[in-house]
Amino acid sequence: MGDNVRVENVEQAKQNQEYAQALADLLFQLADDDFILAYRGSEWLGLAPHIEEDVAFSSMSQDMMGHAVMHYQMLEDLGLGKADDLAQLREAGAFRNAILVERKNGAGEYNDNPHYDWAYAIVRSYVYGLYKQVRLESLLQSSYAPLALISRKMLTEHRYHLMHWQVWLKQLANSTKEARQKLETGIARVWEDAGELSSLGQNADNIVRFGLIAGEELLRQRWLANTKDIFQKAGLSWPGEPGVPTERGRLGEHTADLGQALATLSEVYRLDPVAKW
Amino acid sequence: MTNDKTTQQESQEAICLEMLQDVKDPEIPVISMVEMGMIHKVRVESGVVEVEVLPTFVGCPALDIMKKNISEKLIEVEGISDVQVRFVYDPAWTSDRIALDARDKLKSFGIAPPPLDFKPGDSWDVSCPYCDSVYTQLENLFGPAACRSILYCRHCKNPFEALKPIY
Ligand SMILES: [Zn+2]
Repeated sequence: MGDNVRVENVEQAKQNQEYAQALADLLFQLADDDFILAYRGSEWLGLAPHIEEDVAFSSMSQDMMGHAVMHYQMLEDLGLGKADDLAQLREAGAFRNAILVERKNGAGEYNDNPHYDWAYAIVRSYVYGLYKQVRLESLLQSSYAPLALISRKMLTEHRYHLMHWQVWLKQLANSTKEARQKLETGIARVWEDAGELSSLGQNADNIVRFGLIAGEELLRQRWLANTKDIFQKAGLSWPGEPGVPTERGRLGEHTADLGQALATLSEVYRLDPVAKW
Repeated sequence: MTNDKTTQQESQEAICLEMLQDVKDPEIPVISMVEMGMIHKVRVESGVVEVEVLPTFVGCPALDIMKKNISEKLIEVEGISDVQVRFVYDPAWTSDRIALDARDKLKSFGIAPPPLDFKPGDSWDVSCPYCDSVYTQLENLFGPAACRSILYCRHCKNPFEALKPIY
């Protein structure tokens, strides 16, 4: 397999071990990002500003969970274990999500005095969503045909998520001084981690060489250009270059927040791995 | 011999497709999966029927129910010993696949059908399924199911749901 590969199915992918490895590494990033952020979204259930938002947020979390499941299924097809087990039974160090998606929603716990930060939720979902958009668009040209196909389908759903968060961003940006301040604090916090999103991890060279997705720098530039445009239209000042967290989630380094999330979401599954979740 | 077999296959496939008219989309009980444009292929070989289904949404929680409903329906067909349901994404399901007469059924159920031939950048104008007024407003992009939105008719003052354009 050279540089201009096209891999039609999983059997072909498995014929080249290096290709299969690069594909798996990318799939873990895609799956884990959506899976963990969908989990954080589901933790908002009953806590969103109003009932309509509750419905919308859980609907979007369900979409994202569905996207993660598709990617875990592709990993299962590659022979890396059962999709459900991949989601539920791996240790934190095996996760390849960016740190941004694992951060807690705010102070407190879901069952214990939650003081979640709605402005942070909006900015995190939107900034991640804008990156996901760029990533999915690039995946339309992926050398791995099944990934290109499913990405096209995901894009049709994802555009509605962006429309939703767009409304919230505008609303908060043009609301009271207090709301605006909360939004800016949210942006600052998201910005501390956001720079890691476009990282493709330690196998980045092979992932790009095999034509699975565009290079990090290209993805990053497209994403930042889109985000800058949206901030400008909302009348928000541009926070500059996004930072990267101390831990590198794409390399399997994570904060204690991920451990907490995994313990909670797999609690039921670990008790009875045969039950459907 | 070969011709006979083909005819038998064809008639079994036709029967299966006919039976699938009774399998509804669990989230929209007035419309069958055939009318939704979700049944891509029905193939019978040596008593095994293989059905290819195009999901409307990747994470649709109703997929497992659909699979079960299809299997239970088709196993009743004479000469069928096994049902295999596969979800495929090529071609991708789009809202233009909904049958034309099914669009009217949606309306009678109080759900506005998605616009036809929708293109990126088009504005989504929804007319009220009850009074046809275009004087409507979007209340929530996400309804109880991911594929639907909630709107409000300012003319007849009814809330209603609309299927999102998927293109
Ligand atoms: Zn009306």
